Amino acid sequence: MWFALLCFVTGLYGGLVMAPADYQQGDSFRIIYIHVPSAWMSLFVYMVIAVNSAIVLIWRVKISEVIARSSAALGASFTFLALATGSIWGKPMWGTWWVWDARLTSELILLFLYLGYIALQSAFEDRRVAARAGAILALVGVVNIPIIKYSVEWWSTLHQPATISKIGTPSIHIDMLIPLLLMTIAFMCYFFSVLLVRCRSEILEYESNTAWVKDLLTNKGSAA
Amino acid sequence: MYTFFTIVRRDLLIAFRNRYELINPLMFFIMVIVLFPLAIGSDRQMLQPLTAGMIWVTALLASTLSLEAIFRSDFEDGSIEQFTLANYPLVGLVLAKVFAHWLITGVPLILVALLVGGFLALNDAALFCLLLTLLLGTPILSLIGAIAVALTIGLRGGMLLSLLILPLYMPVLIFAMLAMNNASDGLSIAAELYFLAGILVLALTLSPIATAAALRIRLS
Repeated sequence: MWFALLCFVTGLYGGLVMAPADYQQGDSFRIIYIHVPSAWMSLFVYMVIAVNSAIVLIWRVKISEVIARSSAALGASFTFLALATGSIWGKPMWGTWWVWDARLTSELILLFLYLGYIALQSAFEDRRVAARAGAILALVGVVNIPIIKYSVEWWSTLHQPATISKIGTPSIHIDMLIPLLLMTIAFMCYFFSVLLVRCRSEILEYESNTAWVKDLLTNKGSAA
Repeated sequence: MYTFFTIVRRDLLIAFRNRYELINPLMFFIMVIVLFPLAIGSDRQMLQPLTAGMIWVTALLASTLSLEAIFRSDFEDGSIEQFTLANYPLVGLVLAKVFAHWLITGVPLILVALLVGGFLALNDAALFCLLLTLLLGTPILSLIGAIAVALTIGLRGGMLLSLLILPLYMPVLIFAMLAMNNASDGLSIAAELYFLAGILVLALTLSPIATAAALRIRLS
């Protein structure tokens, strides 16, 4: 958690203060230090959910159920963050909040997949059934993501060819790249630390009737 | 194979004994189509480019609404449990049920859509393309939808079902619309049709497995 904060602060400082302003976009490009890591994380978290879902279905490992369940809300918020910062950036750059561009649309569909997953999980009373039902949905989503991605890309390129040039990742300057990588590490660390906290509370809540949880609570109470 | 057709025959029989349930999705489809000219205006010039999109979106909605019927009555009277205990693989039974559901809802929908497309002034090439895309597309909708139905059956609210499946339907819609656009421009539609066929094969092989797994989870 502290490491995440450290990376976040230095990455943010490097990104906002030290990195040179873009020759074309001026200072508004600096939002990529939030935008790009959260977009990467949105895909990464879905893969975390998918891998854990496979583990749930094959070996029925309980901790994977908890991890998949706890990741979903985080992944959805990363996706939302990527979309929100993207459209804030798009307003001065493209002159509009929203374009039906391929990447934007597929990211939006990813957000819908996350929300559907969360909705399905919360509809069940029994958590273990919810976890396995959600696991199937997550795996169906994984099969669909490439299809969605390519279909959306084709759809968009046919309708509006080459209106938008995306951020040129290979030609990025090293002074800009280092803060970006730092921010990515920060987002990763943030994700895993919050994930662990969420998992802990999830497990405590689920096991709240067992003896060891009561023991833990009373011991903590007496120690404090 | 015999069991497969027994299930199909049974579901068709049940559907024809409740004719109104058969007609309801079609009525819904026609009514929503009628809403569009009322909302947009009766100008033919303006309606024509939108027609294919209207028909496809409405078909998606109609199939979403009729999907729940695949497993609902069997879930309520416990037939599903007997299916899972049966000597025959559940995947095959699921496939039979989805096939029957497609015969009951998909095929009439295609016919009505052609009729409506004719009324809304689609030309022959576009109508033919509409027929092909719907023929390839509606089975995909039923197959993918069956997974979500199996997951949500018996839970409260039909909203959840549409939330789950509409994102998964989007590729089908996109390829169908690409084909329709090409057809109205007089271009070849083969590539899009091959893609739809590819998705259909993928759905045909994978979705019954997922559906069967979902049903087992719901019954465990």
